[in-house]
Amino acid sequence: MDVLMLSRLQFAMATMFHFIFVPLTLGLSVMVAVMETMYASTGKEIYLRMTKFWGKLFVINFVLGIVTGITLEFQFGTNWSRYSEYVGDIFGSLLAIEATVAFFMESTFLAAWIFGWKKFSPKVHAMFIWIVAISSNISAVWIILANGWMQNPVGYVIRNGRAELDDFTAVISNSFAWGQFFHNGFAAFMVASFFVMGISAYHLLRKNEVEFFTKSFKMGLVTAFIFSIAVAAQGHSHAQTVAVKQPEKLAAMEALWDTAENGAPMYLLQMPDEKNETNSVEFLGIPGGLSFLAFNSFDAPVKGLKEWPKEDRPPVTITFLAFRLMVGLGTLFPLLCIWGWLKRKNLTENKLYLKVMLLAIPLPYIATWAGWAVAEVGRQPWIVYGIMKTSDAVSPIVTSQVAFSFIALTSLYTLLGAAELFLLAKFARKGPEPEKA
Amino acid sequence: MLESIWFLLWGLLWAIYFMLDGYDLGLGAMMPFLAKSEKDRQTIYKSMGPFWDGNEVWLITAGGVTFAAFPKAYAVMFSGLYTALMLLLIALIIRGVAFEFRGLVESDWSRKFWDKATVVGSFLPALLLGVAFANIFMGLPLDENGVFQGNIFTLLNPYGLGGGILFVLLFAQHGCLWLAVRTTGELNERAGNLATVLWPVLVAVYVAFLALTGVYTQLLGNYLAYPALLLILVIPVFAIVKVRVLITERKWWKAWICSSALIVSTTMFGVIGLFPALLPSSINPAYSITIHNAASSQLTLKIMLTVALIMVPIVIAYQFWMHKVFATKITDEDLGY
Repeated sequence: MDVLMLSRLQFAMATMFHFIFVPLTLGLSVMVAVMETMYASTGKEIYLRMTKFWGKLFVINFVLGIVTGITLEFQFGTNWSRYSEYVGDIFGSLLAIEATVAFFMESTFLAAWIFGWKKFSPKVHAMFIWIVAISSNISAVWIILANGWMQNPVGYVIRNGRAELDDFTAVISNSFAWGQFFHNGFAAFMVASFFVMGISAYHLLRKNEVEFFTKSFKMGLVTAFIFSIAVAAQGHSHAQTVAVKQPEKLAAMEALWDTAENGAPMYLLQMPDEKNETNSVEFLGIPGGLSFLAFNSFDAPVKGLKEWPKEDRPPVTITFLAFRLMVGLGTLFPLLCIWGWLKRKNLTENKLYLKVMLLAIPLPYIATWAGWAVAEVGRQPWIVYGIMKTSDAVSPIVTSQVAFSFIALTSLYTLLGAAELFLLAKFARKGPEPEKA
Repeated sequence: MLESIWFLLWGLLWAIYFMLDGYDLGLGAMMPFLAKSEKDRQTIYKSMGPFWDGNEVWLITAGGVTFAAFPKAYAVMFSGLYTALMLLLIALIIRGVAFEFRGLVESDWSRKFWDKATVVGSFLPALLLGVAFANIFMGLPLDENGVFQGNIFTLLNPYGLGGGILFVLLFAQHGCLWLAVRTTGELNERAGNLATVLWPVLVAVYVAFLALTGVYTQLLGNYLAYPALLLILVIPVFAIVKVRVLITERKWWKAWICSSALIVSTTMFGVIGLFPALLPSSINPAYSITIHNAASSQLTLKIMLTVALIMVPIVIAYQFWMHKVFATKITDEDLGY
């Protein structure tokens, strides 16, 4: 393998590992903040116990998010130095702003929260977790503005052999990026609420701390209900933006090979065959379905992949399957919520539902991973859409260096992932601290 | 003009990072010499617990600012020092995780394992950062395209290793003083004693490193062009002496602050000597990465400066507050939570 392939694998691996921790951080921080606010305003001990139990799991998750995030920032310089040089004027400044306005606050106040139980009143202490929750989400804004710029570059001019900032307002008001931000942010609440429901289901199945976990479950259920609808609705509108801004990504998402001048159908069953530039399976087509979903009109023309030379097309199979996986799971989530809503009165009696929800913990994770795969793989071969190709972005370094770091990071992350899973499972299973007598 | 301001800020951010993470890295590396019992070890972890993460964000910021203000320097520095940097990252990951995992699993085997991880994960970054910066002072083998013509062993030259040892010692003393600030009794005594033992070694290495700097680097030449700037050296020299005096007087906070000043002024002495180069080339000075050929556009520099002028004082304010509230003497009650 060459430096390019190794660097891509390493970056994909590091990002996906980092992204185990990020969505839970974004969503669970807000949920814990709500719990602690309820404690601070009602003084009921159950909310304090909820804050401490879910807060502990949150903290275990947070630390790995931090340390794996550092790797990502530096990989732009180590593995993608030509990219860094070419777009640092814009991309680098967004990362630097993220660190100064958000990351400092997140880390500092999380420490104040962890170590400040005895030093501060419940209200002040609750404020700390709100600061963590808000700054984590502000952090996501800047990171996604940076990613959104790679998807839909705006506010720049090519000057002095690189992309230079021309209009900062355009960069921070990039509607493509904001679409991504909300889609990702809503998805984060899906991850967090399914996490809370799944662990609660585990204890409810054992009739352990029923009041505590029923309350937790219901909080998760309400959150999941709201956001499962929000993420789907918002995802639809974001896909329409993609259809306009990145037509070849849309064509890959739907495995549409030939341009459809008078409306493109949508197939419920389909399998792309990249080699022969066709689909090996095409079944149950809805006439004009794709045109309608993408452009709100059944006969709108949709460009097919063959419009672009082969080397400018994204990897079709991965983009297509990842998109299907995301949409499929996104459809399943509201159904699971409705099921839960119907059974909400007597959760402990519904063993089947609880078992399903316990097993469902990984599903929103898989959906968010798939979503990022659509966004990132679907953008290939461009690293910055239309401006710079991924193959031109890689560092001029020796292959053995990257091979070494790839093996080292992968082994380390595997071990950490296992240790993390063990710890989360251990503390999740242990349940909350017993009530004070 | 903006480039020059950012050059100083760039140096200052790295200096602040060394000053802050320096104490927890140094303390982590010195733990085997300071802790005699499990309670000691817990106290040491506790003394860094609320701070190490916030300190490490300065690294992210220093890296981010290098990226934003001098993209070419970021690209060359981080791809050129690839393996060293990966080792640094791996060490920092292991260390961060050690802080968390050690407290969560109640077994001797696990504690011992994570203690070792903390020591290695603290020592290695201190060493590598020193090696990296000494090599930057000396100049990197950069060709006309800014491509690094060497490997990790190129960096492990006598001067680079000297820089590594110097950083380890600076951080070790800094860490001992931090522990002294936060403890009473026997552990405080031991921290103070270790700082006293380290001091003459540090002074000897410091003097030797300065002498080698004259031999190996262009820094002296740059200073001789503006001899008045050599007065900057007064600060670290004064600080290093004052640290010794304050140790004898058992004034731990003041000694720690002096040690902070020592680290910041030492870094800044090196950085200013580089000006206007960020990464000098040892192959040909014309290939050096300087503020002129590496800087971002004026617009980016201006926006970044606005953000920095607003946000950095705020960050310093709440981190200062954090240290004020949480950096009290650790008691038995603190450990039994």
